[in-house]
Amino acid sequence: MQKTAAGSTVSAAEEDKRRNIRYHSLTALYRKEMADHVTSKRFIIILLLVIAMTIASVYGAVTGITSAVKNAAIDPKASFDASYMFLKLYTTGGGSIPSYMSLIALIGPFIGLILGFDSINAEKNSGTLNRLVSQPIYRDSIIIGKFLASMTLIAVMVLSTGIAVGCAGFLTSGIKPTGEEIVRVLIFLIYTVIYICFWLAMALLFSVFTRHAATSALASIALWLFFAIFMSLLAGILANAAYPVNTEYEQAFNSLNNYNLNLNLNRISPYYLYSEAASVLMNPATRAINAVSYTQLVGALSSYLSLGQSLLLVWPHLVGLLALTFAAFTISYVGFMRQEIRGN
Amino acid sequence: MTDTMIIRTEDLTKVYGTKTAVNHLSLEIRRGEIFGLLGPNGAGKTTTILMFLGLTEPTQGRALIDGYDCTRQSMQVKRITGYLPDNVGFYSDMTGRENLRFTARLNGIPEKEIDPLIDSLLEKVGMTYAADQKTGTYSKGMRQRLGIADVLIKDPEVIIMDEPTLGLDPEGMRDFLNLIKKLSTEDGKTILVSSHQLYQIQQICDRVGIFVDGSLIACGGISELGSQIAARGHYTLEIEAEPCDDRFLGYLGKLEGINGITKEGNTFVISSSEDLRSDITRFLGTHDYKLMHMHQKGGDLDEIYRVYFEEAEKEGDEGDAKDGSRKYRFGRRGR
Repeated sequence: MQKTAAGSTVSAAEEDKRRNIRYHSLTALYRKEMADHVTSKRFIIILLLVIAMTIASVYGAVTGITSAVKNAAIDPKASFDASYMFLKLYTTGGGSIPSYMSLIALIGPFIGLILGFDSINAEKNSGTLNRLVSQPIYRDSIIIGKFLASMTLIAVMVLSTGIAVGCAGFLTSGIKPTGEEIVRVLIFLIYTVIYICFWLAMALLFSVFTRHAATSALASIALWLFFAIFMSLLAGILANAAYPVNTEYEQAFNSLNNYNLNLNLNRISPYYLYSEAASVLMNPATRAINAVSYTQLVGALSSYLSLGQSLLLVWPHLVGLLALTFAAFTISYVGFMRQEIRGN
Repeated sequence: MTDTMIIRTEDLTKVYGTKTAVNHLSLEIRRGEIFGLLGPNGAGKTTTILMFLGLTEPTQGRALIDGYDCTRQSMQVKRITGYLPDNVGFYSDMTGRENLRFTARLNGIPEKEIDPLIDSLLEKVGMTYAADQKTGTYSKGMRQRLGIADVLIKDPEVIIMDEPTLGLDPEGMRDFLNLIKKLSTEDGKTILVSSHQLYQIQQICDRVGIFVDGSLIACGGISELGSQIAARGHYTLEIEAEPCDDRFLGYLGKLEGINGITKEGNTFVISSSEDLRSDITRFLGTHDYKLMHMHQKGGDLDEIYRVYFEEAEKEGDEGDAKDGSRKYRFGRRGR
């Protein structure tokens, strides 16, 4: 059916076909990836994990807020800030249960990693990739289709649980959201999606460059551990080495530099970047994220930041997260395009 | 475009580091024929096939399929070329039918046409009975046949198969070869089969190319190659006579042009540089021997292959070639 007939209509038809084929193949790949994920056991496991996390965090938030309100009623010294109550559903933990915000910062990467860690190498090992690349499709459709399908699932998961937290909190505690709060929550959720997509891109990167799924899973988990735990330690060590603050004399000179270096090193980590952005978005009382001098504070009113001002603070974080995600995806993309795909 | 040569390579070369996987290959394959690409493992067959599909870039030279450059116009090439890799993989938690449907969608076949097309292809390869099983449960032979159906979805003009008969049982092999033969004779497809299993290929190929260490050392029809060998003075004669005694052996030893005699049971295998049949039968007839069995080898691929392969080994520095190929294997694993 695709025989090339001679004649002037060929080039037009060819061109048409070329445009169509990208659409066809991308859609087919996207649909297949989605179906694969949704029917896989591993997806059910993440889903259960996320649902458990959501329920726990709503429970924690509601009990935490209730006890804080009660405390404020009994104890006149314990002040309770009743503004932006709706956001507190996301940021308050209760007892030993962390808040939704900190839980998703911790567990979110796992979603990305689990969806991506074997996307290329497993297909390579089972010989399906070999068959796939011999079809008349552009090779990048394969990796783009995979990324988009996983990204869709991440977005659906994050948005639905995020909205579920709000709804459940609203139903159980009667806290009504304001328009600004809803917008803040949505922006926070979008940040979360991007943050998780970074981990998806990382996992994809490892899956392109490693041979076995287990290797790439371990490598991506190691990276996640590094950023979540060791990066802050490392940043502290490096900052102290560069600007020692052991004596009073050193402190007087180095404190600010030490703090700034520490902070900037930490911000390399997407985990830190995301947490910082989330705390600014979800807590309008956060007025600054860098060191602020006394002179800068003179005459400042102790009030909340408006949404626009909060966004100004976290704008660089969005750019940073997107850049990291794109960098990881681009490397895996280029690596994949240049790879020679053989049977095993 | 109605060139009789549908596949053509010009000085095709692929170098991996220090190892030359494909060495200045110039090959032409006619429209509608079954061409066997034969050679031991690591000879560069798969690399050549990958270059045909644009999956790896040649270091030098080019390959053309139906006039399309395989590197620059790989989309057009892949549209008319079906590729059945060795150890073809399917998504194991999808059924055979679903796997084919996915391929059909990738090829942009309209949804309405997909199901009838798949049904007819499944029928053709005899897989209708297992179409709705998950491919994870398939045997090697079933996977291979589903692979053929998968390749045929795009209605290719050229079908390239990499070691398709590997790991099939004898019956599966026979069915499979018949299927390939039919694709060529009934549907007029051009088929390129790479293999190191000579017997099977011999049954179906119109022409073969023998590939050793990246070079094509012989190319042509099987009988053509056989006479080429004969012309170079390679004869192997199997002969069994009664009584099988030392006098006979003594006679054979004195014949002109003998290169070697081995005894296998009661059979002598004589390699020589001349056709000795008439001399020997005359001797046997006049000395009261009974001729039990006589067979002149050389017409079958095994022999052709052995001769060419030995020649290539002698020419190349043996140790080097082996080392090189080993390194190359490791290099591939490591990536």
